[in-house]
Parts: sequence; structure tokens; C-alpha cells
Amino acid sequence: MISDLPVLKPFRLQSTAHDSPHSPFTAHHGILLLIALMLSICVGEAQAGPGTPSILATILRWTPLLAQGFALNIAMSFFAMAIGTVLGLALGLGLIAVTRPVRAISWLITQFFRNAPWLVLLFYCILLMPFEVRIGGAIVPLPGWAKSTAGLALPVMANVAELVRGAVQSIPSSQWEAAEALAFARLATLRLVILPQCVKRMTPPWMNLYAIVVVATPLTSIVGVSEAMTLTGDVLSSEGRPELLVPMYLYLLSWFFIYCYPIARATVALERRFQVS
Amino acid sequence: MTCAWTPAQPLVRMRDVHKKFGAATVINGISIDVMKGEVICIIGPSGAGKSTLLRCINALVPIDSGSILVEGQEVNDPKLDKLKLRRKVGMVFQQYNLFPHRTALANIMMAPLHVLKRDRVDVEAEARALMRKVRLDGKEHSYPGELSGGQQQRVAIARSLAMQPAAMLFDEVTAALDPETVKEVLVTIRELAEEGMTCVIVTHEMGFAREVADQIYFTDRGVVVEHGPPAEFFTNCRDERTRRFLSQIL
Repeated sequence: MISDLPVLKPFRLQSTAHDSPHSPFTAHHGILLLIALMLSICVGEAQAGPGTPSILATILRWTPLLAQGFALNIAMSFFAMAIGTVLGLALGLGLIAVTRPVRAISWLITQFFRNAPWLVLLFYCILLMPFEVRIGGAIVPLPGWAKSTAGLALPVMANVAELVRGAVQSIPSSQWEAAEALAFARLATLRLVILPQCVKRMTPPWMNLYAIVVVATPLTSIVGVSEAMTLTGDVLSSEGRPELLVPMYLYLLSWFFIYCYPIARATVALERRFQVS
Repeated sequence: MTCAWTPAQPLVRMRDVHKKFGAATVINGISIDVMKGEVICIIGPSGAGKSTLLRCINALVPIDSGSILVEGQEVNDPKLDKLKLRRKVGMVFQQYNLFPHRTALANIMMAPLHVLKRDRVDVEAEARALMRKVRLDGKEHSYPGELSGGQQQRVAIARSLAMQPAAMLFDEVTAALDPETVKEVLVTIRELAEEGMTCVIVTHEMGFAREVADQIYFTDRGVVVEHGPPAEFFTNCRDERTRRFLSQIL
């Protein structure tokens, strides 16, 4: 018997989960990277002239030096993230301030540092900051890597500020109302009720931002910091073997991948967990 | 305008209160007196401005004109110390609005600790006593997400009571609850009323209003259409609108 009653078909929500930009660090990419590295080594060996040491041996010989440079990359990313996060939290609170001028100025700063090219900011920091500062009686030198870290911290600050603003606005207004009804002042409401709830929402995008900062640290090679990218260039010019070029840079790339992959995995895992709860 | 308040005067005294949201008039001249220890129920169709009226009493929503005195203090005063007012007037919301990142006990303790700056040991003892009062002892360390709607609402009532307010405002506190949990919340409110707490209750539970209220106010389109003690109000209301509303709901 055919019924003309409307039938409610099972309804499944489309997954709209992934607001975060596509991560470049998936297992899929890792495998591709490994294949490319091995291929380039094979091609390199075939191109190599007779009597030269093998590509693999050369790469391994320079690995300790590259590791030193990479440690500087990590250090810069770490400090840039730390400084940028502290400043960004303050700037983010400025974005949601009650006083209009504070909001306007915070907005200008955020927009400027979020949209300015990172390389431009790096150059500004390198060229405008002095090479040493006098603190009290002591003269503290400011090496290139420290200035570059400051340059990287600026866009981090602006991005963290936006994260804070977004997270605070995502908390339902009823939470504000409940705190107000309990006679909490605005700052107490932020500190005790709103911001603690924001931490959870901010963590995945914040980790994502960190991975982006790590991958951005080789930019500092352009302003002369001796990090892994600069050192790879130095190694290549001292070896003077063109067949080394592709394998060496792919090798360096895999270092970044190995460092960022666990971070990306953890970010995805956290996002999933927070979505469920 | 602040004058010396004595318990012989209304605890909450509203006179000719007006409130507009944009072009929409929500409250159009409401006057209500609430004496100390009295229980007032406000009923009426949705959109009659009942919830807004409650929010005006503790200055969550500013009024356009008229006067609201709470213990003799004018709420419609630009120099009003809102935080001081809100310590006197507790509020419970339809959606409970507990703080999801803190346990039930911590929810109750937060305001006395951080707003009144009281001693933690005393506050915790009182909070535990309040949990027993709303019959939730044993749930102290549960998070709001782990509690049923009725339990959350009772935590919210305890949280409000922890500030030792002079009056409590209840904004449709059972409207979001399952029918079987409505009763446990109403029992809690009735006990409060019997203890002499001044209550202003916005509700759709007519049976409850009839049982617990000293005065019932029927509002529609921003005005009080009719009011009186429950026995009189439910048996012989004069106004046509009230009669129609009651016939729909009873």
C-alpha cells in the first residue's frame, strides 16, 4: 500500500568540523616527503662523479651542525610564541575593552600586525632595534636571532589577540548575565568565569599557530641568523656539489616535518575531544 | 534618591516603569509593591515583559522612565552602585546558567569568596549547608554537565542564596525542565517562601502560583491587567484578557 504521508528520512548532519586551516602535517604528506627524499638521494648518487663520498654519508656528516641550527629554530619559535602569547592576551583584552578608544587602538594594532608580511616585520626589527641595549649599568648585546624572535613575536601577538577575542565572544552571554547577577565586576567576571572557559577553546588553534611559527623561522635566514636554513646553504656552498642541493633541502624539510607532525596530531585530537564534550 | 528604609515600607517598590527595546515597548507603566517576606507571582502570555521586569529590578536592564526602589535605593539612578544592589537581590534563570568549568560546590562558593571577600572556611561550610538544603548533598564535586536540569537549577538557587540576598527573583525557572524534575525545584522554592524569603516569581505553573503566592499579577503587553490574592484572582477575575488566558492554561 502506498501512503502519501510525508516520510521523515534519517537525517545526518554534514561534518562541518574543521574550521582550522588544513594542516600541512599529515601522515600522507610524511610518506610523500620520505619518497621524495629517497628518490632525490638515488638521483644524486647517479649524478655524482667518481671518487666522491656518497650523498647519504655527506648528509650524515653535516647532521650535527644542522641539528645545532635547528635547535636555534626551535628556540626562536619557542620564545616568539611565549612573548607573543603574553602580549596577545593583553591586546586581546584590549579588543573587548569597554572603553572605545582602547578598543580602537587595539584593533588597529591587531590588524596591522596580523596583515603585515612577516618578512617585512622581521626586517623592521632587525634594522630598527639597536645591536645592544643598556639595562642599568650592564650592556646587553642584542644578537640577530633575538631581534628576529621579536619580529616573529609581533604577528603571533596579533593572532593570539584575535584568538582571545573570538573565544570570549563565543561564550554565551548568559554566562555574563549570571556573573553580573551575582555582583561580579567586569574584570572579575572575565578572570573567574569567561577566560577559564576560553582556555579550552583556544588551545587547538593556538597549537596550530605554533606550528606555523616553527615553519616561519627559516625566514630569519634572509636577515642572516645562523639557523638550520642558513647553515644548509653554507654546507652546500662549501661542498660545491650541485647534486647535493635537492636532497639536502628535502632532508631539512623532513626535520621540520618530524617536529611539527606530533603537534598537528595533538591539535586534531584535542579538537575532536572538545567537540564531543 | 536614597531614603532611610524601614521594613514597614515595600522592599521593592516599582512605580510607572517604562522600558522600550528600539521601537518595541516591553514595559508600559507597571507599578508593583513587594513587602518583605511576601511572595509575588507574575503570570501572563509570552512577550508580556515579565522577564524584562525582573531584570530591571537588579539593574541587568536599565529602565527608560519611572522608579524602582529596592530597600529605599533608587535603581534608576545613574550613580547607583549596581554591585551593591545585586548583593541584595538574587536571581535564578530559566537556563540555570551555572559556570560549567567549576563544580557545584565551587559555583556556590565563587561569589561569597570573590565578591564579598569572605573567609574560605566559613564560605565552604555554608555552601555545604546550602547543598543539603536543596537536597543535593553528595553532589558537591559534580560538574554542572553531570547533573540533571532539576539538579542544576537547585544548585543555581543555592548559588544565589549564598549571597544572603534580601529578595530572590525567579525567571521561569522550571520552563526548561522535564516534567518530573519540575516538582523538586518547586518544592525548594516553596520551602524558601515558607521561611520568609521575599520572592518575585515569573512562572507558567498556575497550580504552584496559586499555592505559594501572596499576590498574583497578570501582565499583558507591558501592563498589569489585574492582580489580587490567588483565591480571589483565580475564582473571579474581572478582566476579559485574564479570563481568556486562564481558560487557555488551566
